[in-house]
Amino acid sequence: MISWLDIIVQGILVGGFYALFATGLSLIFGVMRLVNLAHGDFIILAAFAALAIVQFTGIHPLLCLAAIIPLMAAFGYILQRGVLNRTLGKNILPPLLVTFGLSIVIQNALLLEFSADSQKLPMGNLTVASVQLLPGLNVGLYPLGVLITAAAVIGALQIFLYKTPLGAALRATSDDSTTIRLMGIDNRHIFGLATALSFAVAGLAGVLIGGYTNFSPASGPSNLLFGFEAIIIGGLGNLWGTLIGGMILGVAQAIGAEINPGYQVLAGHIAFLAILLAAPRGLFPRMA
Amino acid sequence: MIPLLETTGLTAFYGDFQALFGIDLAVRPGEVIGLIGANGAGKTTFLRTVTGLLPAAPDAIKFNGQPIGGARAEALVKRGIAMVPEGRKLFPSLSVEENLSLGATVKRDGPWNLQKIFQLFPILEERRKSPATKLSGGQQQMVAIGRALMSNPALLLCDEISLGLAPIVIADVYRALPAIRAAGAAMIVVEQDIAQVMRVADRLYCLREGRVVLEGAAAAMNRHDIAAAYFGAVA
Repeated sequence: MISWLDIIVQGILVGGFYALFATGLSLIFGVMRLVNLAHGDFIILAAFAALAIVQFTGIHPLLCLAAIIPLMAAFGYILQRGVLNRTLGKNILPPLLVTFGLSIVIQNALLLEFSADSQKLPMGNLTVASVQLLPGLNVGLYPLGVLITAAAVIGALQIFLYKTPLGAALRATSDDSTTIRLMGIDNRHIFGLATALSFAVAGLAGVLIGGYTNFSPASGPSNLLFGFEAIIIGGLGNLWGTLIGGMILGVAQAIGAEINPGYQVLAGHIAFLAILLAAPRGLFPRMA
Repeated sequence: MIPLLETTGLTAFYGDFQALFGIDLAVRPGEVIGLIGANGAGKTTFLRTVTGLLPAAPDAIKFNGQPIGGARAEALVKRGIAMVPEGRKLFPSLSVEENLSLGATVKRDGPWNLQKIFQLFPILEERRKSPATKLSGGQQQMVAIGRALMSNPALLLCDEISLGLAPIVIADVYRALPAIRAAGAAMIVVEQDIAQVMRVADRLYCLREGRVVLEGAAAAMNRHDIAAAYFGAVA
């Protein structure tokens, strides 16, 4: 009995990672209907950037966040203003093609610089520490911390989006990116800010996942897929729904892995398809 | 006196399709201009060009004597041009108050603020926390007008503010216009309802197929002239 409870709890904790992958994707899609196919690769790029900093300076990977998050945000803003804004329009194909191209470029650039070897950020004792939730039920301190971080990030974003004037401008831009200009707000700048936020979360996600599992230059697309699935399960436009979507995906994968280690990823996809069949708009849809 | 807004030979295109063929129009400070014409005559295109949503040659549009054609819409709001767009275009994710506050983003000085808007349209104060698109059509139009006024414009462009509203509601919305005018804004009022616009406008322009076919003081016009210009038929 306790072993199944254990499996479910471990799955829920992994959901924190998926929610972090998904939050960045969701922000960009929500504000400008842009599907960033390179999102998973930007997460891995952040992990490699952290690896380079750790190898160069010897500091703890979590301390790298102080540099990685602002760097990724600045990179996101520049990428949006310089490249992605030019792809936006009535046709949805150009942004897909450009981000797909970016995905290939990032993977190959990382391959060139870091080789195809699997890497891991050295988190030290943090990843082996555990806390006891119930007698006989121990959970890893690190994934628990990640889940709490994901919830905190989503909570902070909710407050930003719903309680601040800039958040209102982002929601208004999401509604109608032409009419927002009649308010004296430059939609190109708002798009840049949305991508900056998305990349800041991707930077956080990259460092955290890099300390939890092995990663290589080719790891990006699977992160992207899990992020997509978490968003769709939770319902488009609902960040808390995305967190729950990530947890459902994590639990399905944990149960699959228990039945047969080869079923881990498959079980997640099956759960995703089953939910899509039962509730095509996700469990908690907000966006029309 | 320098006109507040002056367009000279203004043309506009949607791709290869030409929508405006040389519009000459002037608005003096504090003046209310009525812009009429059938569907497709170019009224909305004209407003979109003046607000910077469509490109124009720099010298084709002058605002306070300065060329502004082709400037970006968000820069023109800061200079004092605000629009109540056709179909209201409220932000459905935002409350009434958030919609109104967004209008004040440019922080121009002037008579209008949230309190003044609530005095002009008291119903909006009651509904301030409601999602904007949960309001009735007339109330939504009030939000759209209030949102444009929040930028304290020197020139307010109103695109068919009676569209889709019941006559009694239209009268409610139009009742606000004298107060807006008294606060100092010049206006261009685009309208299908000619009787309505003749009551509020100082001067009228009638467009047909992208050209000005009639202009003059509203008081001096009769229905026969307007009908002839509007439909292009010799009645």
